[in-house]
Amino acid sequence: MANCMRIAVAAALALAASGAVSAELLGLPPVAAPVDNPQTPEKIELGNKLFHDTRFSGDGTISCAHCHADDKAFTDSPLKTSNGIKQQTGTRNAPTILNAAYFTTFFWDGRASSLEDQSQFPIVNPIEMGLPSHEPLLQIVRTDPAYTEAFKKAFSKSGNDITMEEVKKAIASYERTLVAGNSPFDHYYFKHETNAISDAAKRGFEVFLNQGRCVSCHTIEQDRALFTDNRFHNIGVGVNRIQPDVPRLSAEFLKAKAAGVDVDKAVLQDAKTSELGRFAVTTHFDEIGGFKTPTLRNIALTAPYMHDGSLKTLKDVVKHYNDGGKSAGDPSVNDYLSGGIRPLNLTDQQQDDLVAFMESLTSFAYVGAKTKQ
Amino acid sequence: MTKLITRRSVLAAAGATTALTTLPISMVKLAFGGTRDDFTFTYISDSHIQHIKGSSFVRNWDQGLKRAIAEANLVVPESDFVMFGGDLAQLGKREELDHGAEMLSHLKGKLHTVMGEHDYYLDLGEYWSKLYGPHYYSFDHKGVHFVVLNSIIVSDDWTFHRWPTAEQRMLEMAGLDNPNGSPFMVGLKQREWLRADLEKIGKDTPLLVFSHSPLQKIYKGWNFWTDDAEEVQALLQPFQNVTVIYGHVHQIQYNQIGNISFHSVMATAWPWPYPQSYARAESHIPVLTVPMNRADPFFERDATGWQLIDVNSGRVTARYQLWDNDPRTVAYNAKLGHPTDVSYQEPTQRRVPQFHY
Repeated sequence: MANCMRIAVAAALALAASGAVSAELLGLPPVAAPVDNPQTPEKIELGNKLFHDTRFSGDGTISCAHCHADDKAFTDSPLKTSNGIKQQTGTRNAPTILNAAYFTTFFWDGRASSLEDQSQFPIVNPIEMGLPSHEPLLQIVRTDPAYTEAFKKAFSKSGNDITMEEVKKAIASYERTLVAGNSPFDHYYFKHETNAISDAAKRGFEVFLNQGRCVSCHTIEQDRALFTDNRFHNIGVGVNRIQPDVPRLSAEFLKAKAAGVDVDKAVLQDAKTSELGRFAVTTHFDEIGGFKTPTLRNIALTAPYMHDGSLKTLKDVVKHYNDGGKSAGDPSVNDYLSGGIRPLNLTDQQQDDLVAFMESLTSFAYVGAKTKQ
Repeated sequence: MTKLITRRSVLAAAGATTALTTLPISMVKLAFGGTRDDFTFTYISDSHIQHIKGSSFVRNWDQGLKRAIAEANLVVPESDFVMFGGDLAQLGKREELDHGAEMLSHLKGKLHTVMGEHDYYLDLGEYWSKLYGPHYYSFDHKGVHFVVLNSIIVSDDWTFHRWPTAEQRMLEMAGLDNPNGSPFMVGLKQREWLRADLEKIGKDTPLLVFSHSPLQKIYKGWNFWTDDAEEVQALLQPFQNVTVIYGHVHQIQYNQIGNISFHSVMATAWPWPYPQSYARAESHIPVLTVPMNRADPFFERDATGWQLIDVNSGRVTARYQLWDNDPRTVAYNAKLGHPTDVSYQEPTQRRVPQFHY
């Protein structure tokens, strides 16, 4: 529903505040913000501060930026899955926040419906930032002079009038400025600069559109390329490891959910339950092992890949799809595999070309990201 | 958007009877159904397992059946039994029937099967019988009388005298719109058996009849048709509460003729369109009041699926589990006296058309 209420906000507003230039939006649509949370420079600045504050964690060491680091294209690459407080490891790979402004659901299983909604959960997840509740955070922002001033400027609120609503809105406003198009591919496709990408990348784009069947989920439109359909698909990652356990796990999870278990905590704490994917949110058998289609923008910077970080390189990813969703050693695909996944019969050359194409999706603004091992 | 649509349809399915919950309604009913004599069974149909050569089979059809079985086995608590609605095989070959039977053997619960024309016209059901027994039969379960008919019989002339080989006979029957086909029927012998079978049954006993082809006339050109449908219906009409469930058409259909409610079930293999959308000349087939969701050909499972059938006081609620699409529920509406789609019949609840491109 949030979608219907959205209005397009002039992209220039957000970008002027973050100091970026509008060229960064090449290949992307304007960012839309909810009607009740329009972008303002004050909110964006406050959100930036909140995003980087380590005090909002159980041991004072973890901020949002811990797993979504500015200098790592807003990921924690090369970690497989993210580290939270007390050296705990979660079950999922930190997705980049770059271009999350365009998603319609959040988290790999889409259990949050907006950036605002999403921002509240990691703070109180025992594996991530580990606060017992949002109260300690509110105590800080209601009393720390730097925050009281900022909340007054952004929301005209102070003291107990500052609630999680304002905190969530500020963080989301900041995240809506983290957009990045303007890659070599965007120059090739949208500006028709034929030499913007290599011949291998051009051939790879052809595979991407045709035999590779990639574009059906990683969508490209006439004037924009978000590289995601915002849907959920079982592509044979993660779920392949728990096939014999699915009947037990799904029955246990349905029982636990009926009894009121917190999905956010359940899926990050138990590695096997985590692999039920979108099913944990909707309880539709159709969505067992389904995870959200991620954008491919800046994908070359954010290894390792998939919701569980189980594939090390882009070539590994291409191989997985080429094998029709089978993992190494599997006798057959998993029973719940999406009907979109099938063996592709790509040659080694075609697979390399696809990788070259994906490497052409890195925004010029993030070429220097420090994500290599 | 998927999330929102799905949630909305779940809520619509709930109606006013169930408290708000995030569980699909079928699960709620199953889990908290209480002590009534209502029950649920699983219906899987039209898998069309197709042999290529050696141990190689068409992957797409294999995957559909495999997925239906895996999901059906997740239903908690277990449904009472499983029906398979026919066309297990594509060309009636032993390899296909064996491969399909091997997959079906993974199902929890007792399996009952219906004969489809793709199972039959190679050896006239001989090998199928070795696996599953008689071609038509009846049984009773929790106060409901169940009848399974072989509705895909055609004239003796076509079956025995038209084709030089059994293989060609099978191939001619396997084509949907092949003018060399022949209209299906239940036939006199089975109708006499049915008459005798039903004589023992009280008129107030709910009847559930399974056939492969529709026991109503929809479109002769595709054999969405049973030639002696009226005669079969006449045997069923004296009963107060009758439901016919058929496969063959690979799409959701429902109808009411007198006391008889009709429901079709989905295929696990591929979808067929409603014939009207294909017919070029004016025709008089029943009008489709609710358009079928368009299948997205990228997702080969879209517009296929399987069903959970709830039987409440002898009336049927068909819960369609549709892959890469939203679930649908078609239930008998006591006020209207016929089955309705619980979320699509209300014009206000239909999805708004999209004008993209």
